[in-house]
Amino acid sequence: MSYLTIKDLTVRLKNGVPLLRKVSLEVKSGEVRALVGESGAGKSMIGKAVLGILPRAAKLTGGEILLDGEDLLTLPPKARRAKIGAKVALIPQDPLTALNPSRRVGPQITDRLVDILGWKRKQAEDRAAELLDEVHIQSPERVMRSYPHELSGGMRQRILIASAFAAEPKLIIADEPTTALDVTVQKQILKLIREMQERHDTALLFVTHDLGVVSKISQSLTVLYAGMVIEETDVRTFFAEPGHAYSRALLAATPKYTDPDGSLMPVPDSIISQVEQQVAAFDAQLKR
Amino acid sequence: MHDARGQIRRLPGLRLWLSGGWLLLLVLAAVFAPMISPHDPLEQDLFAARLPPFWQQGADPAYLLGTDSLGRDLLSRMLYGARLALTVALVAGTLTCLVGATLGLIAGYFRGWADLVISRLVDIWMAFPPVLFAILLIAVLGTGLTSIIVAIVVIDWTRFSRVVRAEAMSQGAMDYVASAQVAGRSRLGIALAEILPNVLPTIVALLTLEMGIAVIVEAILSFVNLSISTDQPTWGGMIAEGRTSIYQAWWVLVFPLVALFLTVLSFSQLGEGLKDYFDPVLR
Ligand SMILES: Nc1ncnc2c1ncn2[C@@H]1O[C@H](COP(=O)(O)OP(=O)(O)OP(=O)(O)O)[C@@H](O)[C@H]1O
Ligand SMILES: [Mg+2]
Repeated sequence: MSYLTIKDLTVRLKNGVPLLRKVSLEVKSGEVRALVGESGAGKSMIGKAVLGILPRAAKLTGGEILLDGEDLLTLPPKARRAKIGAKVALIPQDPLTALNPSRRVGPQITDRLVDILGWKRKQAEDRAAELLDEVHIQSPERVMRSYPHELSGGMRQRILIASAFAAEPKLIIADEPTTALDVTVQKQILKLIREMQERHDTALLFVTHDLGVVSKISQSLTVLYAGMVIEETDVRTFFAEPGHAYSRALLAATPKYTDPDGSLMPVPDSIISQVEQQVAAFDAQLKR
Repeated sequence: MHDARGQIRRLPGLRLWLSGGWLLLLVLAAVFAPMISPHDPLEQDLFAARLPPFWQQGADPAYLLGTDSLGRDLLSRMLYGARLALTVALVAGTLTCLVGATLGLIAGYFRGWADLVISRLVDIWMAFPPVLFAILLIAVLGTGLTSIIVAIVVIDWTRFSRVVRAEAMSQGAMDYVASAQVAGRSRLGIALAEILPNVLPTIVALLTLEMGIAVIVEAILSFVNLSISTDQPTWGGMIAEGRTSIYQAWWVLVFPLVALFLTVLSFSQLGEGLKDYFDPVLR
């Protein structure tokens, strides 16, 4: 069963420049889908569109976003907010700015449970402690009383993961959750996200520009270029026989864990111009 | 290493104590002025004109800091002057802060047309030279305590709104705001519960700075005789009077000037110290 279905999603800047070009994408219940693409491809924009937090400069001009079969875009704003708040959570990219520096950690986790889901504060605090324990944080009570700056980057990312899972959402959008961390911590966090996702049976849209982590965490993936879906397939097929020339080039440009010193090929210009042509053709078609 | 670090740490504390101490003294002086003043600040005694402060030859111990050219007791006038200075500092400073910070927060976080209007307004405001603006306003509003306070608020709110707007804007772009939005918090809720606490240290620093500025503005207006009624002692008025007799009686000019200087300095130092105190990262 598909939990999140995006159909022909188009997002433009106010001046009409398209950022997302009829993007379609699906995340099944309990599935992990990776969303890959180079910087500026529009990966975060998709996440923001689903979460209803598009930047002011961008506008959603077409398409559907179905959550559990219900089109979010036709819901009245209040009902949409409530539904997203209850069913979807975000693991942001930068643990440094994802926690409010002037507030203690505990309330930042429990706020959501108390304000949105109407839990009792004590109950929410117990739940937060339980989750911090689940993400392998020692002495959760002490951590909850800390300010973010008193904690390491990896610790903060663990807290953000705990916080995302706290209200048992059905879908989590993780926007490059390991990019800001150093390599050893990256691996632990990745493992932790995977572990939590399996235990809670949550659908996960995992945004990354690192093909290396894709096979580790996800079952399926969508490749994005310039706001356009280039390829969408399951992970095994993708690594065995990528369907699109751009995907092949992307794979050749990614270091392999089995052969970290193997030679790397930057994506050749010929392939870039090929996809650019595809994008231009698409835009011409859109205009008509 | 150890010494240097120790010193750097101790310095802000000392600064806070010294400036806080002077301001506390001032508050006490202002509150208890009628009780502790040795003389009536308005009482003239031409036979006791231009008496020097106590440590100089020819001083009269009844007039600790000496007298001015009309024979009025300087100490008593300074104490009463502190009343006015502090009232203006607290009331005008706080009101300016409220108006400016609120507009800055609205512009910086809610953006849109509100930001457009507020930012244009700030630009226009900045084009006026402040002192001239103040004198013009007083000319329109008439002299008096309320007019001074209104003038300060009207002139200086931009100081807050500019800084608060910029900070609210950069805070608004942080991921924690996105998370709060996803969780379903209202925009007003986010502005007050998430953004404001992060801008607060800056607001506090600006507030104390503004109090110092309010004291200066009041002194300048008194100096050009545009403050409140001329028979009420003010530091600015005393400086203006002292200026005419600087060679015969320097103390008439110097004491209020030093008080003014220390007060303004203390306000700004207090602000710096409090800023660190309010900032969880530096605390
Ligand atoms: N606030 C904004 N105003 C205008 N354009 C924006 C804004 N945010 C993003 N964009 C543009 O939208 C496009 C997609 O941005 P997005 O952040 O989704 O990229 P991304 O794939 O997440 O890249 P990265 O890997 O760097 O995070 C980019 O071309 C970017 O310049
Ligand atoms: Mg991104």
